[in-house]
Amino acid sequence: MSESAGNAPPLSQAAGQKTVQVWLRMIFAYTALVIGSAVMILPFLWVVSTSLKTSPEVFAYPVVWIPEVIQWGNYPMVLELLPFGRYLLNTAFVTTSVTILEVVTASLAAFAFARLRFRGRDKLFMLYLGTLMIPGQVTLIPNFLLMRWFGWIDTYLALIVPAAFSAFGTFLLRQFFLSIPRELEEAARVDGASPFRVYWQIIMPLSGPALATFAVFSFMTQWNAFLWPMIVTQSEGTRTLTVGLRFFQDELVTQFNYLMAGTVMSIVPVLVLFLALQRYFVRGIAMTGMGGR
Amino acid sequence: MFLAPNIIGFLLFSMLPVGATLVISLLNWDLIRDPEFVGLQNYTTLLTEDPLFREVLFNTAYFVVGVVPASIVISLLLALAMNNGLRGISLFRAIFFIPVITSSVAVAMLWRWLYNTDYGLINVGLNAMGLPYIPWLTSTDWAMPAVIIMAVWKSLGYNMVIYLAGLQGISPTLYEAAALDGAGGWARFRDITLPLLGPTTFFILVISVINSFQVFDLTFILTQGGPGIATTTIVMYIYDQGFRYFQMGYAAAIAWVLFIIIFLITLAQMQYQKRWVHYD
Repeated sequence: MSESAGNAPPLSQAAGQKTVQVWLRMIFAYTALVIGSAVMILPFLWVVSTSLKTSPEVFAYPVVWIPEVIQWGNYPMVLELLPFGRYLLNTAFVTTSVTILEVVTASLAAFAFARLRFRGRDKLFMLYLGTLMIPGQVTLIPNFLLMRWFGWIDTYLALIVPAAFSAFGTFLLRQFFLSIPRELEEAARVDGASPFRVYWQIIMPLSGPALATFAVFSFMTQWNAFLWPMIVTQSEGTRTLTVGLRFFQDELVTQFNYLMAGTVMSIVPVLVLFLALQRYFVRGIAMTGMGGR
Repeated sequence: MFLAPNIIGFLLFSMLPVGATLVISLLNWDLIRDPEFVGLQNYTTLLTEDPLFREVLFNTAYFVVGVVPASIVISLLLALAMNNGLRGISLFRAIFFIPVITSSVAVAMLWRWLYNTDYGLINVGLNAMGLPYIPWLTSTDWAMPAVIIMAVWKSLGYNMVIYLAGLQGISPTLYEAAALDGAGGWARFRDITLPLLGPTTFFILVISVINSFQVFDLTFILTQGGPGIATTTIVMYIYDQGFRYFQMGYAAAIAWVLFIIIFLITLAQMQYQKRWVHYD
């Protein structure tokens, strides 16, 4: 101890060295982050720029970043080329329905797992956890056959119902419900409140952030879903945006200005939601991260 | 009562199908004629007689090995850069997160244009630096690297946010104590940061491997599995067999093989983690 103290430089010099080091690190970190951010953001700017160009400008060399005359008309044009409005409406309807149903069914089940006593509760919960590890493709074929058997192919039901039950959400909300102190409900129980009243009037109002986190996640997942909607939709009446974009791509192979306008329109709704509710997105990530510990 | 809605849905759309897939995988069923029981024939064909499947398996492994380590290393570096008490962290975090929230379909549409051989931004940039054009999506050698670069780009923000949460959970007093003991920056990183991030890294590793094995949307839109079958992955093969050729039994068998592969790899990671991950 005394030895190292003897070798240490005088305090002010050490502090000076330290600030230089800290500054260097800050500059280094900023540089890395600015370059990284540019790599993240440039493709999006390029897409927006492309979506506002005329066809010759799209293929111009050197690259035109800001079109001479901004072609706002590309956007209404896309709406004419394909029933984009319909796709948007389908996606919005399906996504909203799934999100609401998922939150309701998952919070009810989570409440049962967190607060009620019944036989086989813990075993059943383990089963739920177990299915989280099963890749979705394993259930793809039987679910498709089930939809066929129900006669639900190419209906909203096929898009909504199988997606409305989330084992992940049940797990997430159960963990949160367990963290709510039981004392809060005891008074209500003594007064003879039913479990449903406890769920609805005590647990749910206290769980705003957790519910919002799950809802935001559910919304994003559903909005971006592709494989299942592609399999169970067959007509424009039920197709979602992602599936619509794919057909759009097949039709307009190299008309990149229209393709990119369509892509931008599909991104914007989730982007707006993200910018408005950013902390719930980030919290959701942190929570799923915690799940692995 | 509370469980009823969820459990019915859960049984019908999650538990039942897992078993059903196993049963279907024992059938020869094209949805037109009646299903015919063929025992394990789908599996023996798949594993011993199907050269396509071997290639598909290789492509998928190539993708996983290409994406996972690169994404982990880069996202850790970014999280470290961000964990310096800088201003504007939330702005950077938001920017890195935009590709995460964007649908894979939109991302792949966007990159298809970026990768365009003659007019895409990437080749135009390479050309400006005096480098030759790369036929990203039309060459069997370049198509998979193109898919991998795009997938890493999309995944960085997610892993970075998890790493950032892990970094913020490390007590600053540990670094102070180490600094007093004369540990340099690299030594502190190696002896404090990395070991304490062990559980975080393990989580990211397991999740990334599972997700990468299931890649579909990105490759389906970017390359349609081509050129040839250079970027056809396992899930695309399931889709092709099941929903283009309507070989339901064969597709179900592939799905089960995928499940077993993912299960075994996850299990191996769980076993192996005891050697390098320490929970305190």
